[in-house]
Amino acid sequence: MRRSWTTAAGLVAIALFVALLGYGVLRSNRATSLDAAVASGKRVAPPSIDLPWLDRDQHATLADWRGKVVVLNFWASWCPPCREEVPLLARWQPQLARADGTILGVDTLDVASDARAFMVKNHLDYPSLRDRGGDTARAFGVAAYPESVVIDRQGRVAALMRGPLDDAFMRDHVRPLLKERA
Amino acid sequence: MRRALPLVALTLALLLAAAPAAALAAPCPKTTVADLEDEVMCPVCGTTLALAREAPLAKRERAFITELVRGCKTKQEIKQALLDQFGPTVLALPQDKGFDASVYVLPIVGGVAAAGAVALMLVRWRRRGRREHERVAVRSRTRAEDLLLEAELDRLR
Repeated sequence: MRRSWTTAAGLVAIALFVALLGYGVLRSNRATSLDAAVASGKRVAPPSIDLPWLDRDQHATLADWRGKVVVLNFWASWCPPCREEVPLLARWQPQLARADGTILGVDTLDVASDARAFMVKNHLDYPSLRDRGGDTARAFGVAAYPESVVIDRQGRVAALMRGPLDDAFMRDHVRPLLKERA
Repeated sequence: MRRALPLVALTLALLLAAAPAAALAAPCPKTTVADLEDEVMCPVCGTTLALAREAPLAKRERAFITELVRGCKTKQEIKQALLDQFGPTVLALPQDKGFDASVYVLPIVGGVAAAGAVALMLVRWRRRGRREHERVAVRSRTRAEDLLLEAELDRLR
């Protein structure tokens, strides 16, 4: 009887350890599944976003832009490729705005004052949120900066760019979404 | 010599005036960048600042720390400022919430389980020892009784 109790306790301990490992693996794979879904042409719900604005204390969620095409751009002021990407973003934002779309910056792992100065210096007038510790970026599988996630009018992930945006990507993956109805 | 006297007096006066200022300035800076480099992470590199030399984020963090060191901030104040700007992953110690808390919880659970296992083994060992002792005691008592019986029988014969 006693031996069966010891065996049961051992099995429970092993099961807990395996569950913990499994949870860790699943957590790191969530973003990979986003890439797989987009690669297979599926549109899936993005990880949730609840972040403060870069320039004010209020919080914002993706639902605040529901009905719009959103180019979620993960960036940081210390990142050289992000600086190189700025002219493209500045050029595309007016076109997106005219077609009920927007770039939505997510400043990640950055000194807030640096990021605000960066926006002002580069005359970037699109909204930007602050992902202080990079939790949201990790949920989207962002590993390097900049990276962008395109959200359609129904609030689903329609395209991903793991690296700096270019005109071809904007033409091929973003522009067609602007023609879709909410 | 007499002409040099006012000059010596002035120099002495200046030195005396500068001494308290130097004494006040002595506690600053309160820490160094090198002192913090092992305790601060470059979150995108996955290493401490000491190992991340060229990464742009590491460079920015190092500059940020340098500014604060020059501003006479303590090590703790600098860590708090880093936390405010870059979030919890900037500190080399894992967070104490969510999945990361398992880093702290697992050793405790493991320690308790190990202590329990040792206690269980001790109890079993003691119980086994007692049983063995009882068995030996029963055996020796029987032998003593045998001897007594033998002696009694001899007396009767």
